[in-house]
Amino acid sequence: MPHDHHDQSPHSLLPSEPALRVKALETILVEKGLIDPAALDAIIDLYERDIGPQIGAGLVARAWVDPHFRTALLTDADKVITELGHGGRQGEHVVVVENTPETHNLVVCTLCSCYPWPLLGIPPGWYKSDSYRARAVREPRAVLAEFGVALAAGTSVRVWDSTAEIRYLVLPMRPEGSAHMDEAALAGLVTRDSMIGTGLPLPVGADK
Amino acid sequence: MSQATPHPAQPFEQPWHAAAFALTVHLHERGLFSWTEWADTLARALAADDRAGRLDGGDDYYTAWLAALQSLLEQNGIAGDDEISEMMAAWTEAYLATPHGSPVTLSPEG
Repeated sequence: MPHDHHDQSPHSLLPSEPALRVKALETILVEKGLIDPAALDAIIDLYERDIGPQIGAGLVARAWVDPHFRTALLTDADKVITELGHGGRQGEHVVVVENTPETHNLVVCTLCSCYPWPLLGIPPGWYKSDSYRARAVREPRAVLAEFGVALAAGTSVRVWDSTAEIRYLVLPMRPEGSAHMDEAALAGLVTRDSMIGTGLPLPVGADK
Repeated sequence: MSQATPHPAQPFEQPWHAAAFALTVHLHERGLFSWTEWADTLARALAADDRAGRLDGGDDYYTAWLAALQSLLEQNGIAGDDEISEMMAAWTEAYLATPHGSPVTLSPEG
């Protein structure tokens, strides 16, 4: 424990190897004039503070109460999302797939971790794990069961593999007994996982 | 007013995950590579990782992410491994030479 020696002035805590590596890359790229440090901070702030699943939840809730919006979202999500100011920064297309009593949709990115960032934020660790990426396609029902999603026997599962160009968002089914709820209250039922397909919206009354 | 799904407490588990992410998004926006090129490179880095098949999507995922970023920088002639190692060594030295509590800066080289 070198820090316990009194005859040695304690130095700054050395960052981890990857943290030093990122720092080195930043320094090199700033010196070469290729990046703007303020822009890096702005990107991090955006994803830590402003962008998250609440954006996707707002779209889902609106689709539940507004049939025209639902049709527009399912027909051309890019147009709707761009008009609302949630367009992607990587030039990707968003496709919204709707759950029905017959079909449950599940989204994965088998190759890396493509994800509708502008609508859901940064994906959770499990979405990026090898286990999920491999098994979602091979044994989707087993994966769903592990997430606690039990589907009716007659419901088929459709798996969508996101790519750099196309990111999928699931439009879950509106929970039963929610007819009296307004759009804002409905949005509170829409979980992140329900928009990936590894979950269902919260039951009515469970959003508190 | 918002009953919407709350933010995950921390979208990034470590500050360096966030920094690696932001660097990549920024370099793409500056036109250094296309997003398809990035996704392909990341997919290759994930598949080539020693722990491929067992990556849990945390530190190991962003380690592969960094490897992908470095290979794109190398391919584009922006920065090679040697230059990056030297800069890492310079930062290590700066940390070791700076008393705890003081800001760590690189000493300008002559």
